[in-house]
Amino acid sequence: MLPKLLSRWPLVRQIQTGGDGTGPEVMTERTHTLGPRTNGAQVARSVCPYCGVGCGQLIFHKDNKLVSIEGDPESPISRGRLCPKGADSFELLTHPHRELKVKYRRPFSTDWEDLDLEVAMDMIADRVWKSREKSFVETQDGQSLMQTKAIGHLGGATLDNEENYLIKKLFTGGLGMVCVSNQARI
Amino acid sequence: MSTTAFLTDSTLCIGCKACEVACKEWNQISEDGYEWSGHSYDNTQAVGHSTWRHVKFVENPVEIGLGGNSGEQLPAWGFSSDVCKHCEVAGCLEACPTGAIVRMEFGAVFVQPDVCNGCSYCVVSCPFGVVQKNEEDGRAFKCTFCSDRQKAGLAPACAKACPTESIKFGNLEELRLEAQLRVKELEARGIHDAVVYDPLDTSVKGIHALFLLRGDPRSYNLPPHPEVPTTYMKKGWTSAAIAAGVMLGATLLAFLGERR
Amino acid sequence: MAENHPVGFQWVMEARHKGAKVIHVDPRYTRTSAMADYWLPLRAGTDIIFLGALINYTLTHDRYFREYVVHYTNAPIILREDFRDTEDLGGIFSGWDKEKQAYSPETWLYEGAPSADSPSGEKAGHSQAGGGHGKDRGGEAGRLYKYNDDPTLQNPRCVFQVLKSHFARYTPELVERACGIPKEKFLQVADVFISASGPEKTGAICYAVGWTQHSKGPQIIRAAAILQLLLGNIGRPGGGILALRGHATIQGSTDIPTLYDILPGYLPMPFFGSDSQKLESYIKKHGSETGWWANFDRYIISLLKAWYGDAATQSNDFCFNYLPRVTGDHSHFGYWLDMADGKMEGLFVMGQNPGVGAPNAKLQRTALSKLKWLVVRDFVETETASFWKDSPEVQRGELNPKNIATEIFFLPASGHAEKDGSYTNTQRLVQFHEKAVDALGDNRSETWFVYHLGRRLKAKAAKEPTPRNAALNALTWDYNTHGKHGEPVVDEIDGEINGYRVENRTLVSGYRDLKNNGSTACGCWIYSGMMPAPDENKARKREPHGLYGHGWGYAWPSDRRILYNRASARPDGKPWSERKKLVWWDEEKKEWTGHDIPDFTKKKPPDHKPDKDARGDDALAGDKPFIMHPDGTGWIWVPSGLKDGPLPTHYEPLESISSNPLYPEVPVNPVAKKMERPDNPYAFEGGDARFPYILSTYRLTEHHTGGGMTRYLSHLAELQPELFAEISPELAAELDIQHGEYITISSARSAIEARALITARIKPLLVEGRNVHQVCVPYQFGYKGLVTGSVPNDLLAISEEPNVRIMETKALVCNVKRGRLPQGKAGLEVWKEEMRRPA
Repeated sequence: MLPKLLSRWPLVRQIQTGGDGTGPEVMTERTHTLGPRTNGAQVARSVCPYCGVGCGQLIFHKDNKLVSIEGDPESPISRGRLCPKGADSFELLTHPHRELKVKYRRPFSTDWEDLDLEVAMDMIADRVWKSREKSFVETQDGQSLMQTKAIGHLGGATLDNEENYLIKKLFTGGLGMVCVSNQARI
Repeated sequence: MSTTAFLTDSTLCIGCKACEVACKEWNQISEDGYEWSGHSYDNTQAVGHSTWRHVKFVENPVEIGLGGNSGEQLPAWGFSSDVCKHCEVAGCLEACPTGAIVRMEFGAVFVQPDVCNGCSYCVVSCPFGVVQKNEEDGRAFKCTFCSDRQKAGLAPACAKACPTESIKFGNLEELRLEAQLRVKELEARGIHDAVVYDPLDTSVKGIHALFLLRGDPRSYNLPPHPEVPTTYMKKGWTSAAIAAGVMLGATLLAFLGERR
Repeated sequence: MAENHPVGFQWVMEARHKGAKVIHVDPRYTRTSAMADYWLPLRAGTDIIFLGALINYTLTHDRYFREYVVHYTNAPIILREDFRDTEDLGGIFSGWDKEKQAYSPETWLYEGAPSADSPSGEKAGHSQAGGGHGKDRGGEAGRLYKYNDDPTLQNPRCVFQVLKSHFARYTPELVERACGIPKEKFLQVADVFISASGPEKTGAICYAVGWTQHSKGPQIIRAAAILQLLLGNIGRPGGGILALRGHATIQGSTDIPTLYDILPGYLPMPFFGSDSQKLESYIKKHGSETGWWANFDRYIISLLKAWYGDAATQSNDFCFNYLPRVTGDHSHFGYWLDMADGKMEGLFVMGQNPGVGAPNAKLQRTALSKLKWLVVRDFVETETASFWKDSPEVQRGELNPKNIATEIFFLPASGHAEKDGSYTNTQRLVQFHEKAVDALGDNRSETWFVYHLGRRLKAKAAKEPTPRNAALNALTWDYNTHGKHGEPVVDEIDGEINGYRVENRTLVSGYRDLKNNGSTACGCWIYSGMMPAPDENKARKREPHGLYGHGWGYAWPSDRRILYNRASARPDGKPWSERKKLVWWDEEKKEWTGHDIPDFTKKKPPDHKPDKDARGDDALAGDKPFIMHPDGTGWIWVPSGLKDGPLPTHYEPLESISSNPLYPEVPVNPVAKKMERPDNPYAFEGGDARFPYILSTYRLTEHHTGGGMTRYLSHLAELQPELFAEISPELAAELDIQHGEYITISSARSAIEARALITARIKPLLVEGRNVHQVCVPYQFGYKGLVTGSVPNDLLAISEEPNVRIMETKALVCNVKRGRLPQGKAGLEVWKEEMRRPA
């Protein structure tokens, strides 16, 4: 016990190994066992959410928590590399300014209030329904129009294809919204 | 495990700063302040306790018709990513009185955060101005050469992210050779001012972070003759010993004189 | 490209290493210029002069790839006798209707190609409401396969000769005079670029919004397309015109659009009008008799089946009339002006931040105050979400929260690691991103949001089965959900996008399986084949092999990595050269083969000659690679589909310091829309003394669009912590501006402040004998986040290019002054003072 304890003393180790006090003899337990925090993490195959190059990303996660986001070396597009934005993806998802709660602003109010997500969803559905009811035009000059111009949508270029598909399907195909747009032009 | 190194080839650097960010992400280092410097696009300014990779921007005169890849002029906008050199004879390592700084098996000069007491001897001993004390935290910090990753055989975060392979990571001797070949290749392309920065013949006795640059390394803040302060120690001790001897002699003489 | 797509730029670096020459044309010397062999600065907005001069140089020096041009392009096709060029009419093409301020494109058709009359007898032309994303052929393009040609290219009315005379005045001297590029520098670069042509060589052109965000953006791309067709650089490895897109799935969001003028797969939205009431007439109008678009009916009917399910039957036109009709400009800018005028009630903004990211951002923000309700979904509380609270308008007293009735819901959104889904990158590659962790708090994906909103709305509609609710009641919405939050199963959505057989719900293996009788359903035909089996979503594939990365993701259509790659082989089907071989005809197997999936009917031999009455793909000969066009050729000349002319022509930006050097009578694109109104004013045309400098905006490597994904991130914010404007030392000296001090930049819309970054990388250009200064501002700042700054987009105008309704952000005019912009109301006064200056 005592010799073991003593051997942890750098000076003793230095004498034992003949080192000069800059090598393993002075390394702490932490240094000896140093390893990447991605050890033992699960990996999801992903794609960088910033620009249109589509760099491959590996998302390391443990216990439902993100550990690190790195380039995917197998990607024939990016070969594991990332630009400063892509390299900052972990911070993008974990930074403290990310909102995690629904915020509601009442008409004429000067501040936000809290709102339950399900309540917010009901309220939004009500607003959509009411505005649509009021503005929907079924025909014009005796011809089918089936349109509302009172509700608009803007978004898309950073949303998933599947998200865009549902947006277009519900908003245009279901509700008759024509004012649907996004950043993409040509 | 082989001796590893970086070769930062500034002729391939596009100044994107992915290395800075990838380093900070992996090592979870805080920002360096939100100060606009006005020095080209360089707002982190230098390597320090919270910036372990730093891209330097150098602006030269511009001529219509010539891009930075032409040999006819210095690049109008040069970039180079600076980092700890992990010297063979490392000033910081020599100066550290607590055994906090160690040499890893692959050659990295590593500050053990669980030992460092912030005495800052290393800070003044680095010929490149790399190590810096974090005044809030009280300890000194610098590039770890991603020792945690290297222990698992992974490349350092900066080298992995670098989009253009400007930062190469690998075996030191192989990279030395690669750097020489690259200079020859650039020569053949009409670029005659490329040099390898590898101060082997100074007291640092070589580094583990080689650079390939166009023009004078000083424009990228790289000293032409970096010296380890301890190289002056012998001279210093000798002078001190002589001085002490002289003083001792003078004192003795004084006493002897008294007796007379 | 090095600035905004550093990782994509590695391939340019690699090409450079192998000996490729890199030419960079940009008003600023950027990080891309620093990697280029040649850098040419040009006056912003003169790209067509530059490209036109390259075209002219190629033609006059006989440097075009003759065999390619004769066989694969429409250069030999003879045009109508009544066509008149801009060179004949002083800046406009024939067909101009002064009253309507629009073209009738009939005279642009090929000689002998009758206008396919629409069932209602509508004349050739476009619906004015339509955008250019869909194949709005307006009834005229269907019979373009009927033409006469002259393979010797000598007929004075053939496209080749018309092209020659159209660009004859685009000389190196004009480039020097108008673009500010010295003649000898232009000639040096022209020779280098044009050398990248022929059997052994190819050259690529990469562009981004520096080309698209102009009042003639698509025509700039067209000019590049003409050049590349002349050089034989389309459909071949190392060739092409590569759009560098700024968002993860900006390609995907036009493929599966959230745009007003198209349905998934570039099928046009039906425009209100007599010929869009019946499915048959809609198909006749937008389909084509020859070429791939002859399958138009299969795609639209399969889409209607995917959306309206069992309700869609042959007898009710597959619920075609459930689709709303487009009645006007419902694009972002079109409806935003309506919003500003109080004509809208509600708005959803998802993952966008028009409060800083869109032109005339002040108008964008102010218009939001006229809404009854607003839903914003994002990672952070964006300027759009908080316009009522801390916008410059609130600080200046122009808006007061106590008077704003808008009810606002801010819903936090999931990030890419917190949800399943796919992005389509800039090269049409669909890549899946797997969910790694559960979303925190109230964060949800848009699929969750839209699905559960739809569920609620469908429940309401079910209670009221009125005609107006018929679409909603019919809408298929039976996705299964899973996980902690009840997220819809994304693979089910991908299965619907891919398409299935209605009878048994089995997935189809590609769009060739789609039928026009209602037996198949498909959400987006071009993506069909991506998921041929329930356990085989090819967007998830991660086993790359070969030169082109097949086995990694899925490149629509049919996993082809290079479009129109039939052109990579000679007319006889053999590769142009060993070095540039990609796809070729296998004489033994009697099929096309190669390193890529052939973008051509596999068994159609190179010597295939169509029967006279052949239709569809059969009607295209074996040496016609451009299968989406009714004539199978690459279009040097666009006979149908563009609203502002069959050939690109130089017009000045809507705001310019200069008059049009070619057509003094027609300064700007006559079809572009300025949307001028009191809250969207312009400087005077042809040079406004109040605004003597060119203003151009751009993006930095360190930030992303409006900054919502970067200005809140410490590691990026510190890299570019403050708004600056790049100006030349010469301009700084003229205005006595010191490096780093604040300057005020004003336009006809607003004024902002920025730090002066004085750099030799910005050069004054000698244009028409005088020094022209360009002021370059990154547009990515706003008033929220870790680093803040003025909103440069406040300076810009809302405007619409006629084809795709894109705004002009790269070339406007401004003034620059020393000193800061005062806070609050006083800042407004500074701008008003600028406007009052003598013009």
